[in-house]
Amino acid sequence: MRKLVAISVAAMLMGSAASAANLVYCSEGSPEGFDPALYTSGTTFDASSRNVYDRLVHFVHGETEIEPGLAESWDVSEDGLEYTFKLREGVKFHTTDYFTPTRDMNADDVIFSLTRQGEDGGEYHNMTDGASYEYFNSMSMPDLIESVEKVDDLTVKITLTRPESPMLANLAMSFASIGSKEYADNLIEAGTPELFNQQPIGTGPFKFVAYQKDAVIRYARNDEYWREPAAIENLVFAITPDASVRYQKLRAGECHVMPYPNPADLEAMKSDENINVVSQEGLNVGYLAYNTQMEPFDDPAVRKALNMAIDKQAIVDGIFQGAGSVAKNPIPPTMWSYNDAIEDDPYDPEAARAALEEAGVTDLSMSIWAMPVQRPYNPNARRMAEMIQADLSEIGVDADIVSYEWGEYLERSKSEDRDGAVLLGWTGDNGDPDNFLAVLLGCDGVGNANRAQWCNEDFENLIQQAKVESDQAERTRLYEEAQVVFKEQAPWATIAHSVVNEPISTKVQGYKIDPFGGHVFYGVSLTE
Amino acid sequence: MLSFFIRRLGTFVPTFIGVTVVAFAFIRLLPGDPILLLAGERGVSAERYEMLQEQLGFNQPIWKQYIDYVAGIFQGDLGTSFVTKRPVLDEFMALFPATVELSLCAIILATIIGIPAGVIAAVNRGKFFDQALMSTALVGYSMPIFWWALLLIIVFSGNLGWTPVSGRIGLMYFFDTPTGFMLIDSLLSGQPGAFRSAAAHLILPTVALATIPLAVIARQTRSAMLEVLGEDYVRTARAKGMSPLRVNGIHALRNAMIPVITVIGLSVGTLLAGAILTETIFSWPGIGKWMVDSIFRRDYQVVQGGLLLIALVVMIVNLIVDLLYGLFNPKIRKG
Repeated sequence: MRKLVAISVAAMLMGSAASAANLVYCSEGSPEGFDPALYTSGTTFDASSRNVYDRLVHFVHGETEIEPGLAESWDVSEDGLEYTFKLREGVKFHTTDYFTPTRDMNADDVIFSLTRQGEDGGEYHNMTDGASYEYFNSMSMPDLIESVEKVDDLTVKITLTRPESPMLANLAMSFASIGSKEYADNLIEAGTPELFNQQPIGTGPFKFVAYQKDAVIRYARNDEYWREPAAIENLVFAITPDASVRYQKLRAGECHVMPYPNPADLEAMKSDENINVVSQEGLNVGYLAYNTQMEPFDDPAVRKALNMAIDKQAIVDGIFQGAGSVAKNPIPPTMWSYNDAIEDDPYDPEAARAALEEAGVTDLSMSIWAMPVQRPYNPNARRMAEMIQADLSEIGVDADIVSYEWGEYLERSKSEDRDGAVLLGWTGDNGDPDNFLAVLLGCDGVGNANRAQWCNEDFENLIQQAKVESDQAERTRLYEEAQVVFKEQAPWATIAHSVVNEPISTKVQGYKIDPFGGHVFYGVSLTE
Repeated sequence: MLSFFIRRLGTFVPTFIGVTVVAFAFIRLLPGDPILLLAGERGVSAERYEMLQEQLGFNQPIWKQYIDYVAGIFQGDLGTSFVTKRPVLDEFMALFPATVELSLCAIILATIIGIPAGVIAAVNRGKFFDQALMSTALVGYSMPIFWWALLLIIVFSGNLGWTPVSGRIGLMYFFDTPTGFMLIDSLLSGQPGAFRSAAAHLILPTVALATIPLAVIARQTRSAMLEVLGEDYVRTARAKGMSPLRVNGIHALRNAMIPVITVIGLSVGTLLAGAILTETIFSWPGIGKWMVDSIFRRDYQVVQGGLLLIALVVMIVNLIVDLLYGLFNPKIRKG
């Protein structure tokens, strides 16, 4: 274990234990590591990228739009292939008891941070044994990035192989966090490259102090932050896996913020005068995907009819217990370009039965696939499937429920000749509608993430145009239009978005729910 | 004694080999591909899947994987977690002291209450005290530990505010942990109040974890005592005019100890199992929670390495228990 000689920090923590500057966050689990490029879980990002690191561009706190981060400005070439970033001057990497930077952040750090994740990342690629860069790969970066070049010390040019407007949003994601090349070089020279994943050095609002596995992570304020330093002096993650226990800790004043409350506890929390519950729709959608290549589900009228038979409000009330809202679009309401003008298919069993008859379908029997795991967008898929089964039997459709082990479920549901409608969902990565519409409903995704096996020409044209268009207003228009096509064609029954509830102590000021499901403590303060 | 020890050790080796096979097979028999689970909804391309398989060694034939694993064990290498990318042994060593500390406290509590309670119940057989004690023990034995632990937290921490909710020590204490035992490290740190805080954090998890072994020990002590109390030599001792305290405490109890020690030894396994739930609820950073997380992630190396180490601990404890038999009952030594 690391030697903790940070007596001064200890003294500071002790001396000011009662002062307003220490915030304790009862986190739900242990981070897998501290190098955000290696992982995909939110728990790990909270502990690393979201509080310790910065990126070229940031998401506006609490929103899905982009603002300047370590890059103070950028240009996109006419053909959409070249992104030139002007870096901020004088940005300092963290000075800690394990690293003292000798220079400010510059173009080398940006190139290092992005290129190390590719196969040709050289010695930086394998600093951690068995490293694999899942997000970099799953966001298609190896195909997309042609080169990352240094123009001068404070200018970096990224060249793409094809125009792709969501690229900026991708660069605001955790995997694109900017680390210190100097630190990496020092570690490699010292023969301890694996420490890059254990003792992070970033430019963010908080510096890493210590991690006791499965127990506590400590951070201290970065007083040299390029923005206004954080209001919180010491940030502590008290790892508390059980939701009921987190609640008791919040009640007892042992922590200030807790994620993922038990829905059953929400009422009591709301009536507690020392606790505020902040709520917002999560960046996700839970859906039932028909196999649109199989009869009779290849007929939009049949899909529409089934959608009308499902009582979504009852599902949200019964299964989400206040932690969900009915979904009418394939993207969540917190995302830009969400088309609120769209009318949802009404719950109307009579009309559904009539529509089904009109489409010439009688004695329909089908399968509903229920996921074996809990997800924010679907806390109980088995129960949801049963409710849908009951709704469908109302209109004379006979449904049986199938399920598989999770890995198997994900694989089998991809297949084009799959039988039945699949319950699944998606949580957004970069806040760009492309990340939902193209990934889940684009023609490329058939036989893969497109569980509806749905390839519609109108829809595809719209999302392909939007992918290469760089004007935000035009992109918004295209995506709004695509949602209209989606609703007419109904490849899915859109079921629900989760509602994120976060109980916080009334002492906490300025806390915002992050649409990406993160927990960000910059901009947060505590009152006595 | 020496030959007994050697004979006992002889059974140790095949057991150990059996454990390596079981640990290796167990996690692979569970359905679930670790790579697919890691990728989740996002999925992974076929090329990437193959690459990861190769990187993690899953493309090797199963017997080759087993041989590599066993060869690793003999070189003291239990592999690396494919999630945290850290050596399994390092992680185990960092977390194990927390589990030992908690389990030791629990077994001590269960023993110092369970044995006297069992003796008193046996001596007062059929009377009110006996019945009350045995009913309580039955309740303790059948209580779901998960529910019981939460109840303790809600009452004593949430409502009464007497004990901290979870964790090992107050968050304001921050010091090096050379031994990993918080009670010792807090003393070594010299920080005022640290030991008190560590002790306070131990109370509820100890009670929760001790409940089942306590009930088992009390019941076992009672029945063993009842058997012994009916023996001729006890009657003789009584007839000689020995004080009841000497008869019960020395002659009877000593002979009743064999089954009781067996139960205490066996409860080490129970404790490690109970620790999984207790640790999760009390956010206790021990191996229980670590194993559960790893099973869910199908982190093969951690699960097989962790199982092996835990089995090793249980085997060593049982070996010690067997040696203790000899101490209490010379007949076993020779037999």
